[in-house]
Amino acid sequence: MTELFNKIFTKEVLAKIDPVVAKYETRRAPMLEVLHLLQEHYGHISLEMEEAVAEYLKVSPMDVREVVTFYTLYYTQPKAKVRFNVCRTLTCNLLGAENIVKCFEKHLGIKSGARTQDGKFEVKEVECLGACELAPMLQLNDDEYFGHLNEAKVAELIQKNK
Amino acid sequence: MEKLISKYFVEGKTFSLAEYEQDGGYQAIRKALEMKREDIIETVKKSNLRGLGGAGFPTGMKWSFIPQNTGKPVYLVINGDEGEPGTFKDKYILRHAPHLFLEGVMIASVANNVHKAYVYIRGEYVKPIQILKKAIEEATAKGYLGDKIFGKDYKLEIVVHRGAGAYICGEETGLLESLEGKKGQPRLKPPFPAVVGLFGCPTVINNVETVSYLSFILNRGPEWFAGLGSEKNGGMRLISLSGHVRNPGVYELPLGFSLRKLIYEVGGGIPDDKKLKAVVPGGLSAAILSPEEIDVGLDFDQLRNLKTMAGSGGVIVFDETTDLVKALTVTMRFYAHESCGQCSPCREGTGWIYRILKRILEGKGRLEDLNNMADICAYMGGTTICALADGAAMPLRSYPQKFRKEFEDYIQNKEKQLQTV
Repeated sequence: MTELFNKIFTKEVLAKIDPVVAKYETRRAPMLEVLHLLQEHYGHISLEMEEAVAEYLKVSPMDVREVVTFYTLYYTQPKAKVRFNVCRTLTCNLLGAENIVKCFEKHLGIKSGARTQDGKFEVKEVECLGACELAPMLQLNDDEYFGHLNEAKVAELIQKNK
Repeated sequence: MEKLISKYFVEGKTFSLAEYEQDGGYQAIRKALEMKREDIIETVKKSNLRGLGGAGFPTGMKWSFIPQNTGKPVYLVINGDEGEPGTFKDKYILRHAPHLFLEGVMIASVANNVHKAYVYIRGEYVKPIQILKKAIEEATAKGYLGDKIFGKDYKLEIVVHRGAGAYICGEETGLLESLEGKKGQPRLKPPFPAVVGLFGCPTVINNVETVSYLSFILNRGPEWFAGLGSEKNGGMRLISLSGHVRNPGVYELPLGFSLRKLIYEVGGGIPDDKKLKAVVPGGLSAAILSPEEIDVGLDFDQLRNLKTMAGSGGVIVFDETTDLVKALTVTMRFYAHESCGQCSPCREGTGWIYRILKRILEGKGRLEDLNNMADICAYMGGTTICALADGAAMPLRSYPQKFRKEFEDYIQNKEKQLQTV
């Protein structure tokens, strides 16, 4: 085991990851789960972590790199504390998603894809989150869904997460 | 109308194992464990249950393709990626009725001699994943999963696998790649997953909703189930209704239910009594229907006859104010974003189309754009490894075909609009 590996895969981390990995048939198969768990622990997936994952799963660093960059839920940079992922796909668009993005622009002073200067808030447009019945909707911090949005609700969400 | 799966959709409630059993749950799997495997498959064939993820393939027939004599294990993979825009039903099943779903997984496993099942759920469904994992713990503690399920000499393990935000992983071979720890780039077929699937072994791939109907079929008989739907389209399905309707939501309706009734009765009609302009009948990848075409039954065969599809059951309603050029641009932006990049016609085609449409929206369209788009569209269908490009081609063909004048007006009256997306 390299020093880098030991730095990333601490005892605490391994206690979470080993049991998950044990459920799969091949060493490589749990790659997505391993990356999810590391991201939950460290906040994002750094290049260093990719190398350590490669060592852990006995694959090349490139195999990890291509997975990390293929999927949208992995962060390669430290995350903003409060993240609004606004759905922009058809139903949400029909029911005013663009206006919701403008509301964020008005209240936070940032455009979609940007972060506030203090690094606290980020607003991003994403593709369908599987909640068209709530349109227009967003996902907060990659977890809870908030729907039937309007300017008042946007302002309230910002206020609550300040 | 009787509710089957959706009777569990009680706002804010998840049915626990005990509550599900009180309601008659986990009886069908007990029955299945006493039946011969072939008899379960025969029962499902007779029920006319179709694959409700989108393809509509007869489930019993799919199962009968699985070779049982290869010396390799057979895997069951449940597709809960639910990425087709306009579709949100599996989320309800996982959130409210995880044990109904698990019983379905158990029945499908027993029918196909499966001892290990993987459930792939899109990573954004954080709460549904937590609920399902908890339900698996409950079932394991009770001896319903594990080395000897229900006291029988049958081992079954279920592993939940989280996706990470890629539409293409809803394509079954893209999903298998993702489950093997890779980018979700679909595989060339044949060989089909039934023969060479997960880890090179025979694999059954079913949708969350499809298996959730199995316990009803075993409990009440295949003839009853088949009789609920239309010809060769057994039972009911969960329709996800959204867009310009008064009551968006998930509705469980018999296969073949009228699209007009769905919009105007079940969905409460269009807000402010506006007129209907068009409908997407089966998820974003389905060809749109004009108001003259909505007297059709929502099943796999009737919609195919209209050159569209029942797909994932995602119905999106457009009122008369909808800007169809914009709607198509938003649609094509989705495919350009989600193309996995493997095949040139899809990777390049979806991007070209998106850029052309964006230009038209910004008032810089040219009349030849419409023919160019039709050309690109023709090269996208049937030329790629998976069906993403075909799925993009369906709306792309149908919007300008059915509403050509609107596209021409957009191009010719440039001063009128300056839209962006």
